[in-house]
Amino acid sequence: MKVVPIPASLEERTFEQVVQALAADDRPLLDARRLRWVDPFGMLGLLAVGEVAAARGARPLLNLPDSPEVNSYLGRMGFFERAAPLFELHGEARRGEESVSDVLLEITPIHSHGDVHSIVDRVNERAIAILTRQLGYPIREAAQFSVVLSEVCQNIVEHAQSNGWVAAQTYNWARRLGRKVAVIAVMDLGVGFQGSLAGPHAQRYGARWGDAAALEAAFLHGLTRFHDPGRGQGLQQVRRTVARWGGRIAIRSGTARIADVPDWDDAPPLEENLAPFPGAQIAIVLPARVAETAPAPAGATRRESRP
Amino acid sequence: MNETVQVLPLSFDLSALLRQSVATFYSHLVTRPTGQALRLGIESQIGECDRPVLSILDFTQVVVLDYSCADETVAKLLLRYQNSGRTTAAYFLARGVGERHREPIEAVLHRHGLALGALLDDGERTLLGQASPLEAAAWTVVDRLGRATPDDVAAATGMDAAEAATALDSLARRGLLFAPGDDGGFYPLSSLLRGP
Repeated sequence: MKVVPIPASLEERTFEQVVQALAADDRPLLDARRLRWVDPFGMLGLLAVGEVAAARGARPLLNLPDSPEVNSYLGRMGFFERAAPLFELHGEARRGEESVSDVLLEITPIHSHGDVHSIVDRVNERAIAILTRQLGYPIREAAQFSVVLSEVCQNIVEHAQSNGWVAAQTYNWARRLGRKVAVIAVMDLGVGFQGSLAGPHAQRYGARWGDAAALEAAFLHGLTRFHDPGRGQGLQQVRRTVARWGGRIAIRSGTARIADVPDWDDAPPLEENLAPFPGAQIAIVLPARVAETAPAPAGATRRESRP
Repeated sequence: MNETVQVLPLSFDLSALLRQSVATFYSHLVTRPTGQALRLGIESQIGECDRPVLSILDFTQVVVLDYSCADETVAKLLLRYQNSGRTTAAYFLARGVGERHREPIEAVLHRHGLALGALLDDGERTLLGQASPLEAAAWTVVDRLGRATPDDVAAATGMDAAEAATALDSLARRGLLFAPGDDGGFYPLSSLLRGP
């Protein structure tokens, strides 16, 4: 049994610690008892780790968070429903509250284009309301949220050759950014960008071909495995929209991550030699509108909270 | 206008056609298969007509339009008819185009080097997509006047008559204007909606 400690704050960056610890072949026990904060990327990451570990053999164990607030939040996001088939759960799993939820988009599986339709049908009005009221987006901009969501979810159906999940929520990044953000996470455990693009493009890249080259090809140049020139523009348009909104989009696939990094973030645009993890993991952060963009306080440390 | 040429107007309420074509309760124009289904439905109806057709792509009831669906519904539809290498048998106008539709439509048109006349939801008429500055200027003059010759366009824009004629011929060849006969005049597609 390999104990994998889940960081107190689980999001895109700290997810790497979990992936690194997962490298061993032993049956993992994911110890999330000290988890105090988790975003959609962290939640989907836990599910993905669970599925990867389960595929290796024995069903992994998950110690649920001690924090009632975190447990309640996980319940509202639909985490336990998705985790139950993957993990042997230990601890008290709290059901989501029946009252009107503050959740932007609960954890939702994606198997088909029909799921993408269902997601857009379900989230469009809610997203417009949340983005206009909480993040200060004009309605015409907020209406594009569903388009962003649709395109990144279709990425799974069109390219991953696998199932996946999506989730989204708003948070108050008080110290890191001084304003609220919407976070979207989309994950699959499919063939990854390298696997999807290898057939038509690997030979052209020669020895350079790998996860980073595949991400560059798709992310920067809009290449896909299809010969149709209309393909590949969805991701490019999502990048433009996120950039226009001052947001961040990052895609991790295999052993690399590529990102459009806004000036409020200090992450590198391309990272290589990460711990290997199958499929593709997309993170999008959309910050609230401000009249005049103010820099984050010097020396700020992150302390995000849900609204 | 030459009255021997008749164009059949067909109007496609894309939101209603979505429900007919995809046979579900989907209410938004998202995903490629949805766009493909819509396009096949439109192509099928155009194919049943035995004379030139003006197809109105009505976005009035469409709330969400993503790039993938726009590529399949709009761009691939126009690619089939605008690039057919012959005098087009089908003309297209978009109607009810709002801010939420304009970005994906413009993006997919530019991607394929296409253009499409549009009646915006605020009543304005415009040419979406890729057109040269001369083509765009000529299209605007014809749309404003309701009928224009190269001399009319040259007078209104300051371009010379040869440039105006080239621009108008190009617009007609792309199915963005209507040049029905030998009177030397070019007509906006919207004039076809008014009937004889």
